Amino acid sequence: MHDKKEKILTVKNAHKNFGGVVANKNISLEVIEGNITGLIGPNGSGKTTLFNSIVGYHPVDSGQIYFDNQEISAMTIDSIARLGLLRTFQQTRVYKKLNCVDNLIISISNKDTRFIDIFKPFKNKENIEKAHDLLEFVGLYSKRLLFAGELSFGQQKLLELVMALINEPRILLLDEPTAGINPTLINGLIERLKKINENYKITLFIIEHNMRVIMNVANDIYCMANGEIIAHDTPKAIQESQIVRDAYLGQ
Amino acid sequence: MDKKYTYIFLAFLFILSTVAPFIFPNYMVQMTELLILIILALTWNLIGGQMGYNSFGNIAFFGIGMYVTAVLQVGLFYDVGVYNAARGGGAELILSEMQYITGFATGLLLAGFIGALTALFLGLFILGMRGHYFAICTLGLGGMFGEIFAAWEWVGAGSGMTVPNPPASLEDTGSILYYLAFCIMLLTLLAMLYLNKTRFGLSLCAIRDDEDKAESMGIKTVYIKISAWMISAFFVALAGGVAGNLKKFIDPRDTAFTGETYGIWMILMVILGGKGYVWGAVIGAIIFQITKELFWTYLLGWQRVALGLLILIVIIFFPQGIMGTLRDKYPRLFGVYVDDSKK
Amino acid sequence: MLDNLIILFTVPTVSLQLLIDGIMIGAVLAIAAYGLALVWGVMNIINVTQGEYVMLGGFVAVIISSYGINPFFALPIAVLIVGLVGFLVYKTVIKRVLDKDIFTSLLATFGVSIVLQQLMNTYFGADVFVAQSNLGTLYFLNYEISLPIVKIVSLILTICIALALVYVLKYTRMGQAIRATAQNTRAAKILGIDTEKVYAFTYALNAAICGACGVLISMIYTIHAYQGLSYTLRSFTIVILAGLGNIGTVLLSSFGIATSETLAGFVLGAEFQIAFMFFVLICVLVWRNMHMRSKRLYLK
Repeated sequence: MHDKKEKILTVKNAHKNFGGVVANKNISLEVIEGNITGLIGPNGSGKTTLFNSIVGYHPVDSGQIYFDNQEISAMTIDSIARLGLLRTFQQTRVYKKLNCVDNLIISISNKDTRFIDIFKPFKNKENIEKAHDLLEFVGLYSKRLLFAGELSFGQQKLLELVMALINEPRILLLDEPTAGINPTLINGLIERLKKINENYKITLFIIEHNMRVIMNVANDIYCMANGEIIAHDTPKAIQESQIVRDAYLGQ
Repeated sequence: MDKKYTYIFLAFLFILSTVAPFIFPNYMVQMTELLILIILALTWNLIGGQMGYNSFGNIAFFGIGMYVTAVLQVGLFYDVGVYNAARGGGAELILSEMQYITGFATGLLLAGFIGALTALFLGLFILGMRGHYFAICTLGLGGMFGEIFAAWEWVGAGSGMTVPNPPASLEDTGSILYYLAFCIMLLTLLAMLYLNKTRFGLSLCAIRDDEDKAESMGIKTVYIKISAWMISAFFVALAGGVAGNLKKFIDPRDTAFTGETYGIWMILMVILGGKGYVWGAVIGAIIFQITKELFWTYLLGWQRVALGLLILIVIIFFPQGIMGTLRDKYPRLFGVYVDDSKK
Repeated sequence: MLDNLIILFTVPTVSLQLLIDGIMIGAVLAIAAYGLALVWGVMNIINVTQGEYVMLGGFVAVIISSYGINPFFALPIAVLIVGLVGFLVYKTVIKRVLDKDIFTSLLATFGVSIVLQQLMNTYFGADVFVAQSNLGTLYFLNYEISLPIVKIVSLILTICIALALVYVLKYTRMGQAIRATAQNTRAAKILGIDTEKVYAFTYALNAAICGACGVLISMIYTIHAYQGLSYTLRSFTIVILAGLGNIGTVLLSSFGIATSETLAGFVLGAEFQIAFMFFVLICVLVWRNMHMRSKRLYLK
C-alpha cells in the first residue's frame, strides 16, 4: 500500500522532566512517511508532553528529534511549523472572533513566502475558493460566515482539522481528534482521517483514547505508560499484547 | 464589512472633512484636534483592538513625534539648546516662509521614522510580554519618556519647549494644520483599511484570538507584532508633530507624554467605537471629541473629573462599543449569517 | 554625574546616608506593595488606583496638620476614610468588572485613579504639600549623617502595620477566608465563604493600608496630586520582583528598589529619579520575561 518507507519523524532518547516529575523517559520512536501512526496509553503517561516536545512547545531536556533528517530539538514553534510539522490541540483552539473562512485563509501555508509578502492583498478569489472547498469537505460550508467561537465544540474540532490541512503539512500530529465528539459522528471522522492520509498525502501521528478509532485507522501503534514506550506493534498485536493490557488496567 | 459601505463611508468622511472648515470656521482648532484624535484611535485600534496588545504606552510616540518635529523646526536654523535656554525672553526665532515649510516637513518625516525606530527597539524587548504585564510595562514606558524629557535641559526640561511661530506672511496656519492633519488622517485610515485585507491584518486578529495557536500554525508572530507596533508608532508620531504645532507649546508632562489625557483617550475612543473595528475607531473619536468639548464648555473646572467618570461608565456599561453592540444586534449587516445555499 | 559617583565611593558617610534613607522609604513602600499583591492574589485584578489611595491618605494628614494637630494622629482617621473610599469604589466599580477580562479591570481602576486624581487636583491644586510633624532631627558622626526622628517613628509604625496585617491575615476568621479565596475561589465559594464580602473587605483593607502609607509619606516626603502613578508603579515593581504573597520578600525587594532609587537620584540628579524608577520597572519586567522566554514561557 505504501511504497515509500522513509522515516519522516524520529525521536531519539528524549527526556523531559517537570521539576521532579519525569514526564518522558528515554523515548525513541519513528514515524514512517505516508503511514498513520497511533500513540496510546493511559492518562498521564506523557503522550501530550511528547507532542509538545516534538513541536517545540517546550524543548526536551536531552535527546534529539529529527524531522526529515533535520534536527529540530532546539527550533522555535513557528519555524518547526513552517517546515511542515503541525499539531492540533486537545483543547480545540481556533481563532474565535474570526469567521471560518478567515480562519482558513490565515492558516494557508507560508512556507515559501518572504516576510514582506504578508503586506500584499490576501483575501483573493483563489484563497477563498480553497477555503470553501475545505469547509465543504468537513460539512461546514453553510456556517462559513459565522464566527468560529459560535460553532459547537465538535464543529470547532473539524475546523481546526481543516485549518491544519490548508497549511499543507507533511506530517500532522493530532491530539485526541475524537475527544468530545458525538459518537455518531465518529465514523465520519474515521473516514475523513483516512481520506486526509490518502488524498492529501499527509502522514498522521495520532494520540487517541478511543480504541475502536485507533485500531481502525492506524498502521502501527506505540503504547506509552509512565513516560516510557512499552510497546510498538501492529494494531492487532497491540490488542492482544499482555503488557498493554496491564498498563491500562494498572499493575 | 461590505465593500459598498466602506466606499460610502470614505466618500462621506472625505466630503465632510473638506467642507467642514467652511461651515464651522470658528472651530478650526477643535476640528484639527478631532482629526488628530482619529489618527490616535486608528493606530491604537491596530495594536489594542486588532492585535489585542493593550498598550498604555503609545503616547510615548506621540510625545516623541512632537519633540522631534519641534526640535527640527528650530534646529535646522538655530541652536536648540540656546533657543530653549532663552525661553521667555530674547531669542525669538523668526523664520522665513521657506524655512518654516522645510523645517516642518523634514521634522514630520523624521518624527515618523524616529517613532517607528523607537517602537522597533522597544518592541524587541517588551512585546514578548502578554496581558496585563504588557499593559503595565507600557504604562511605565509613557511615564519614563515624560520624565526623561522633563529632565532633559537641551529640550527645555520641565518648563517645556515653544514651537517656533509661523512667519507672519503665512496668514492662515490654522487651515494649513487642518488640511495637513486631514491628509495624515486619510493616509492612516486608508493604510488601516488596506492592512485589513492583507495576511498581516488577519495575522493580527489571529494573534489577538490565540497567539499560541498562531505560532504553532507557523505565523511569524514576533515580526508581525513588532511591525504592527512600528506602523502604529509611525502614524502616532506624525499626529504628534502636528499636535505640537497646533498647541504651539510643548509641556513634557501635560501635552507631550500625557498618560492621563491623550494616552487614555485613545483607548477610550476605541472602546467606545468598538474594539477591532476600523470605522468604530473613527466613530468613537468623533463622539468623544464632541463630548469632550461639551464638557469643556459646560463643566469647566470639573471637566477632567467628568472625563474620568465617562471612562468608567463606558468600561462598565458599554464594553462592547458601538460597533460591537451593532454586530450583536444586526449580525447580517456585518456579514455574519448562516448561508444555506449550496456551493 | 561622574563627580557624584566619585563622591559616592570616596565619602562613605554619603552612601551610608543614602542607604538609610532608602531603607526608611522602602519600609513605607513595602506596605503599599503588599496591598497591591493582596488584591492581585485574591481578586486577580491589578489595582492601578493604589497610588491615588496613598495620595488620599497623605492629603488627610495634610488637612489635619493644617489645624495644628500632629499628623501622626491622622493615621487612624486616614485608615478609616481611605478604607471607606476603597469600599465605595469596590461597590460601585470593581464589583462590576471582576468577572471581565483583566484589561477591563485594569482600565477601570485606571479610570478610578483619574477621577480621584482630578478630584484632588480640583480641591488642592497642583502644589506640593508636606505634613509637618516638628519632631526634630538626630545627628550622627559629627553631623555627617542626619536622621529625622519622624523617619524613625514611621519605620516603627510601618513595622506595626505590617505585623497587624500579618495578624489579621493569619489569625482572624476574615483573614483565613481571604487566604482561602486567594488559593481557590470556587472551592471557597462551595465551602460557604461569602466571596463577595471577602473581596469587599480585601479591597477596603488594601485602600486603608495605602492610606496609612500615604500619611507616613506625607510626613517624610512630599505629597502632590499627580504623584499617584509613580507609587502604583513602584508597588508593581516591588511585587514583580518579590512575587505574590510573602511579606518578607516584599519588604526585602522594597528596600532594594527604594535604595537604588535614592542612589540613582543622587548620581543622576534628582530630576532623573522618577525616570529611573520607571526604567527599573521596565528592566525588571524585561528581565523576568527573558527568564521566562528561556523556558519558552512568557509573562502573562
